[in-house]
Amino acid sequence: MRTALQDALLPVGAIAAALLLFGALVALSGVNPLDVWRTLFLGAFGDWFSWQNTLQRAAPLMLTALCVVLPARAGLVVIGGEGALVLGGLACAALPYAVPLPENVLGTALVLGAGALAGALWIALVGWLRQARGVNETISSLLLAYIAIGVFKHLVEGMLRDPSSLNKPSTYALAEGLRIGGIGGSDVHWGLVLGVLACLASGLWLQQTASGFAVRVVGGNLRAAQLVGLPANALVLVACAAGGACAGLAGAVEVAAVHTNANASLIAGYGYAGILVAFIARQSPYAVIPVAILFGGFGAAGSLLQRRLGLPDASVQVLQGIAFVLILASEALRDVRWLAPKWRST
Amino acid sequence: MTHDAWIALLAGIGGGALRVGVPFLFVSLGECLTEKSGRINLGLEGVLVLSAMSAFGAAYLSGNAWVGVLAGALAGAALAALHGALCALPRVNDVATGIALMLLGTGLAFYFGKPLMQPQAPQIPAIDLGRWSDAPALQAALQINALLPLGLALAVLLWWGFARTRYGLLLRLAGDSAHAARALGYSVQGIRLIATTCGGMIAGLGGASLTLYYPGSWNEGISSGQGLIAVALVIFARWSPLRCVGAAALFGAAGAVGPALQSVGISWGYNLFNTVPYVLTLLILVASCRPGTVAQGSPGELSNNS
Repeated sequence: MRTALQDALLPVGAIAAALLLFGALVALSGVNPLDVWRTLFLGAFGDWFSWQNTLQRAAPLMLTALCVVLPARAGLVVIGGEGALVLGGLACAALPYAVPLPENVLGTALVLGAGALAGALWIALVGWLRQARGVNETISSLLLAYIAIGVFKHLVEGMLRDPSSLNKPSTYALAEGLRIGGIGGSDVHWGLVLGVLACLASGLWLQQTASGFAVRVVGGNLRAAQLVGLPANALVLVACAAGGACAGLAGAVEVAAVHTNANASLIAGYGYAGILVAFIARQSPYAVIPVAILFGGFGAAGSLLQRRLGLPDASVQVLQGIAFVLILASEALRDVRWLAPKWRST
Repeated sequence: MTHDAWIALLAGIGGGALRVGVPFLFVSLGECLTEKSGRINLGLEGVLVLSAMSAFGAAYLSGNAWVGVLAGALAGAALAALHGALCALPRVNDVATGIALMLLGTGLAFYFGKPLMQPQAPQIPAIDLGRWSDAPALQAALQINALLPLGLALAVLLWWGFARTRYGLLLRLAGDSAHAARALGYSVQGIRLIATTCGGMIAGLGGASLTLYYPGSWNEGISSGQGLIAVALVIFARWSPLRCVGAAALFGAAGAVGPALQSVGISWGYNLFNTVPYVLTLLILVASCRPGTVAQGSPGELSNNS
């Protein structure tokens, strides 16, 4: 029980400390920190308009965070979700070029499935390189993200380009019937539901199924997993593919619900923000949901910070960075006696 | 392609190796020093961007490029020291911390660098090695960054220091066997903190050469993964500072393929050719890693060995 309390309190404390430090930083640039905190709150959760913006950003964050969480539970630190997201969006926009699709729910499912498949293959490649060739997955996933972005730009500016997109090279827009609409006429699209469902399904898989348990054994102690005869390589590949599928789905949802075509706006850093969300959620798929909403909110408030207080657009990135550093540092507090549970694993 | 176009292409790639290779050289030397002490700093990407911005800002404000170089080195050292200090805490993992500092370093650089997008800062002087030639392409290619000799000297100094000095031995001891270093009464965390900080300072020089030498401006796309490529580059160089020089030149050349092709009028696949360094890095990793074994020359305490 004390551990559970600590698990919740440490991240909350770290985020609070991050907000304080961020306030001190903006005070250096002559902006009143109280205004910043108020604007952050208003821009994220102040009214229904802010909430819509927040939830719209939370959807891809949940999915890209899962691209970190699922491999992490199998023992791999994968940070290249951005690549899977970008290729997922590209595959979603490109599928109608290749095959005629019915303009209904089935067609939408197919373009989303194409995105998920592209992402799954991309991150599975990372897992395969690690298991078969011993290549460090953290580095390879990030290199592959840069390669994915290069391929994306090459195709969007070349073969797949809609000739009428002059200033901003884009693919042809998805047909009306293939797009994802808002829930009940709002700006919050069904991608949010997909994100929440993916988090719940991942949590159930890891906690309640034999194969999910096997993945956690592989991640916890590879030697033990091999001794009891678990197919470690296959499990790692499955975890990577599942994570990649989520990130690919994030890209596909962004295309089908927000941008309607694939263009450079897709490369917005959701893949990297997802890493932060996963670490703050302590690699728990359930905790990803509230953390993604919180950081979706900070992202939504970013433009308000810029407009109202004249802060640079990178302010939110600084806040994210500070939060990330503090969340990692907060792990050290587990050793402080009055905070630590009686039973220790190490 | 005509004969002249070939010359221009090769000169472009060769010149690129000299030009783009300089930041690679400094970052890989910094990473090499850090990893020799048994710790990985993935945050060098953040260090590179933050020091590039600091160097540009300081050079712009002071009107002196060398003040900028110093500021870049100091900013790099500061961010790396934060990495070193965080990793010294119990239960804090160096890979995760590196990712966090990558995010923080780039965030801080973009935050403080916003007003620096427009102005021009004084540049590091160029050393002209191409005066003997009358081909303008060659002359342009052989204009080298004044920081390059410093980088080469540092590579030799580190190589000599690792092999021949007491401090180098201590550093390698902390990197290969923390237990042995502890048994001799040295603070492993202290050694690693110093090594990480010095590594960040060296990488900061690379950041300075990004913004204070051709093309010589600050923008948010100034480094795209060069700090990370450095991690792979050190593996390729088998943790030897001298081999880092050759590896940096190779990666610089790879990075120059895209722009060089464009300069001779081949614009097809520009985005694809720009991914050459990443593809090359990946191929080198695939070729040099074996599952279940430790890369040759790798410090024993490095966390990617497990």
